[in-house]
Amino acid sequence: MLTISLILLPIIAGLITLTTKGENAKTIASIFAFAEMILGAYVYYSFAPNASTQFAASYDWIHSAGIKFSVGIDGISLILVCLTTLMVPFIILSTFKNNYKNAPTFYALILFMQAALIGVFTARDIFLFYFFFEVALIPVYFIAAIWGGDDRIKVTFKFFIYTIFGSLFMLLALVYLYMQTAGIAHKSDFESIYAAAKTLNITQQSYIFGAFFIAFSIKMPLFPFHTWQPDTYVESPTAGTMLLAGIMLKMGTYGLIRFVLPIVPLAVDKYGMIAVILSVIGIVYGSIIAIQQKDMKRLIAYSSFAHVGLMAAGIFSRNIDGIQGSLIQMLAHGINVVGLFFIVEIIQQRTKSRELARLGGITQTTPNLTVYFIILMLGSVALPLTNGFVGEFLLLKGVYQYNAWAGAIAGLTIILGAIYMLRMVQKSMFGITSKITDGFSDLTLSEKVVLFPLSFMVIWLGIAPNMFLKLTEPAVIQLLSIVK
Amino acid sequence: MNAIIALSLFGISSLFLGFLNNRKILLPATLIFILFVLGLNFADWNHEYLWFNSMLRTNNLSINFTTVILISTLLVVAISRGFGDDEEHSHPAEYYAILMFSVVGAIMMVTYENLIMLFVGLEILSVSMYVLTGSDKRNLRSNEAALKYFLMGSFATGILLFGVALVYGSTGSFDIHGIGLAVKDAKSQMGGVYGPILTAGVIMMLVGLLFKISAAPFHFWTPDVYDGAPSLFTAFMSTVVKTAGVAATYRLLSTAFPDMYGTWGNPMIYITAITLIIGNITAVYQQSFKRMLAYSSISHAGYLLITVLAKRPETNSSILFYSLAYSIATISAFAVLIVVSEAKSKAGKPDESFDALNGLSKNNPFLSFVLTISMLSLAGIPLTAGFFGKFFIFTDAFSNPSGIFKGLLIVAVLMSAVGIYYYFKPIIAAYMRNGDTEKIELSPIFKYTLILTTALTIILGIFPDLVKNLF
Repeated sequence: MLTISLILLPIIAGLITLTTKGENAKTIASIFAFAEMILGAYVYYSFAPNASTQFAASYDWIHSAGIKFSVGIDGISLILVCLTTLMVPFIILSTFKNNYKNAPTFYALILFMQAALIGVFTARDIFLFYFFFEVALIPVYFIAAIWGGDDRIKVTFKFFIYTIFGSLFMLLALVYLYMQTAGIAHKSDFESIYAAAKTLNITQQSYIFGAFFIAFSIKMPLFPFHTWQPDTYVESPTAGTMLLAGIMLKMGTYGLIRFVLPIVPLAVDKYGMIAVILSVIGIVYGSIIAIQQKDMKRLIAYSSFAHVGLMAAGIFSRNIDGIQGSLIQMLAHGINVVGLFFIVEIIQQRTKSRELARLGGITQTTPNLTVYFIILMLGSVALPLTNGFVGEFLLLKGVYQYNAWAGAIAGLTIILGAIYMLRMVQKSMFGITSKITDGFSDLTLSEKVVLFPLSFMVIWLGIAPNMFLKLTEPAVIQLLSIVK
Repeated sequence: MNAIIALSLFGISSLFLGFLNNRKILLPATLIFILFVLGLNFADWNHEYLWFNSMLRTNNLSINFTTVILISTLLVVAISRGFGDDEEHSHPAEYYAILMFSVVGAIMMVTYENLIMLFVGLEILSVSMYVLTGSDKRNLRSNEAALKYFLMGSFATGILLFGVALVYGSTGSFDIHGIGLAVKDAKSQMGGVYGPILTAGVIMMLVGLLFKISAAPFHFWTPDVYDGAPSLFTAFMSTVVKTAGVAATYRLLSTAFPDMYGTWGNPMIYITAITLIIGNITAVYQQSFKRMLAYSSISHAGYLLITVLAKRPETNSSILFYSLAYSIATISAFAVLIVVSEAKSKAGKPDESFDALNGLSKNNPFLSFVLTISMLSLAGIPLTAGFFGKFFIFTDAFSNPSGIFKGLLIVAVLMSAVGIYYYFKPIIAAYMRNGDTEKIELSPIFKYTLILTTALTIILGIFPDLVKNLF
C-alpha cells in the first residue's frame, strides 16, 4: 500500500492544486511535496536491507492479457524513489520567486510528473513500466513547451519526438519478450520476463539489446543521441530543467540496470564494449564542449551529459563497483545538478543574463551564495568528502576493472570536470564586478531554504555514503548473479 | 436484428417530425431513437441467429461492431447542434433521417451472411454519404467532393459486385459460410491452387472494400471528399463508415476466405504497409487541420488492417477496442474543429487550417484540453485509449510468425513516430502559438458530449479492461 500511496499522493495533490487559484498553488504544491518527502523518508527507514522487493502491491490491470498493476521497491528502486521524493519539494521551492501564468497548471504538472517518475521506478511489470515511462514525458513536455524560452516550440518538439521514437523501439522489445513468456497465457511481470529471457539465443538478444539501447540512450542521453539535450535544458524553465536533468535522465540509467543487464546478458557480453566506448566518448566530448560554453545553463547541460556517460560506462562494466557507483552517482548528480541550476536561475533573475562574459565579481556582495555555489560545484567536481566523489570513485574503479583503457580515459572526467566547473565559478563569481552584477544582493531566506539542505546533502552523502550503499548492495549482488 | 427495422422506422418518423414547426425536438428525438436501438441491439446477445432467410447473421462480434457504430453515430448526432438555423440547412429532419438510414446500411455490413446483403448495405451507406457530402449546396468544394465520391464510389461498388459474381460463379454460393466450405473443399482437393476466377473474385471484392476504408492505393478520393464535405459528415465518414468497412472486410476474410490466406495475405500486408506510409507521411505536409485528419484516417485504416491480418483469437477485441478508441478521439477532434473553424470564419467560409487554433487555450481552456486528449489518443500516447489500441495491435502482430509481418510491424512503429509529429501540430498551435480566439459558447449537450468523449478516452487509457473484457 505504501508504494501505491507514493504514486497516488502526487496525483491527488496535483488535482487539488489544479483547483486552486493563482498564488496559493505553489504553497499547496509544496506542502504536498513535503508530505510526499516524509512518506519517502518513511519508506527509507522501514526498508529492510536485503534483496527482496518490499512494499509490494499487485492488482489485475488488463486481465485478459495477464498484465498486472504491480509495484514494489527493492534496493535499486529505493535510491531513485528517494531521489524523486527528495528533489521535487526543492524544485517546487526553487520557483517561489517566479510568477508563472497559469501557476496551478504548472505546479500540477510537476506533481503529475513526480507520480509518473515514482511509477517508473517502482513498476514491477514491464508494461506498467512502459506506461509510466511514456506518461512521464507528457507533463515535462508541457512544462518546457509552455513556460520555456523563446525557441521552446521547436526545441521541445524535437525532444518529444526523439524520445518517443526511442520508446517505441523499447515497446517492440517488450512486446517481443512478453510473447516469449511461457504458456499460452503470457505474463508481463518482471520475474516471468527474466525467466523467459533465459531461453533467448544470441541473435534474439542482440535485437532486443539494440531496441533497449536506442530507447535508453536517447533518454539519458548517450553520445551520439544527445543532440536534443542541451537545447531542451536551456529552453526549459529552470524547474523543467531540474526535473529533466535531476530525475528524468535517471529513467534511462535505471532502465539499463533493470532491463538490459538481466534480460540480454549475452548481447551485453558481445556489444557491451561498444556501449562503453560510446559512453567514454560522451564523457570526453561532453566535457570538452562544456569547457567552451559561454552560457552557464548550457555548460551545466553538457556537464550533465558527461556525467551520465560515466554512469552508463559503470553500468556496462557489470561489476559491483560500477553499478553501486552509478546508483549513488544518480542520487548525487540529481542533488548537484538541481542546486547548480538553481544558482544559475538566481543569477539570471538578478542580472537577466547567464553569459559568463558579462558576469563576474558577484562574490564581493554575496558571501552566502558563494559558499553554497562552491560546495555544489565541488560536489560536481567530485572532491573527496563530497557526494560526487563516492560515485565517481566507484564508477572509475568499476570501469577500470572492466577495461583499463576505458577506465583511464573515463578518468579524464575528473580533470576536465574540474576545469569547466572552476572556470564557470571563476568567470561568474570572481574577478571584476561588471555592469550588471553591480549591487548583486545576497540570498534571500526562501533561496537559502533550498540551497542549505542541498549543500548539506552534498557533504553528508560524501561522508556517509553507506546509508544508501548498504541498502542497494544486496539488490545489486542479486542482479549480478542473474547476469553472470 | 430488430435494430435494423427499428432504425428504418425511426428514420422515416424523423422525416415526419420535420413537418412540425419545432426544430428543437429533432436532436433529442434522434438521440433517444439511437439510444433505443442501442438497447435493442443487445437483445440478441449470446444467441447466434440467422435472419431474413439467412441473409444476415447476428453473433456477439457483429453486435459489438454494431455497438461501436451506434455509439459513434450517437456522438456525431450529439455534436450536430441541430444543423443551425440558416437558410442553408433548412431541412435538418432529412439529415437526421439520412444519417439513420446510412447506419442501417452500416449495420448490414457488419451482420451480413449473404454477399448480396454486403452489397446492399454498402450501397445504402454509400448513397447516403454521397448525399450528405454534397449537402453544403452552395459550396463548390462540397459539390465537387460529392461528385468525386459518387463517381469513384460507384466504380468501386461495381468492382465489388463483379467480384461477388465471380466468387459465386466458382463456389456456387452467396453465403459466406457456404463459400468458406467450398473454398476448404477446393483447398483439400487441389492443394491450395485455386482457379483464376475465384482468385480474381476475391481480389476484386477486396479492392471494393479497401476503397471504402480508404486504404492506399485506393485512397485518392479521401482527402478531397473529407475536406469538401461538411465537417460533421466528415466525422461520420471517418468513424462509422470506416468501422463498418473494416468489420465487413474482417468478416469476409475470416469467414469466407480464411483458407486462401496464401492468396490474399501478402498483397494485403503490402497494402497495409503502403497505407501506413502514405497516410502518415502525407499528413505531415498538410496545412489544414481537416485535411490532416483525413490523412490520419487513412493511416488508422492501416493500423486496423494489421489486426485484421494478424489472425489471432484476440483479434476480435483488438479491432473493436481500436475502432472505439479511434472513433471517440476522432469525433472529439472534429467537434473542436467544427466550433473553432466557425468562430474563425474567413470570408464567410470556416477557417480549417492549423492557424485557426492559434492561442485557443487562452480563452477556451476546455476546448484545448479536449483537443489535446484526442490528439494524444490518435497519436497513441499512454494515458489515452489510443495507446492501448496500438498496444493490442502490436501484440497481435507479434504473434504472427512470418518474417514479412515483422517488417510490417517495423513500418507501423516508425509511422507511429511520424504520427506524433503531425498530431502535435494542433496542440502546439493551441497552447504555444499566439493568436486571439474569442470565448466560444458551447451548448450544454455539445459540452457534455465532449466531456464524455474526453473522459472515456482517459478512462479507457487507464482501465482498458473495462471495455476489452466486454468484447
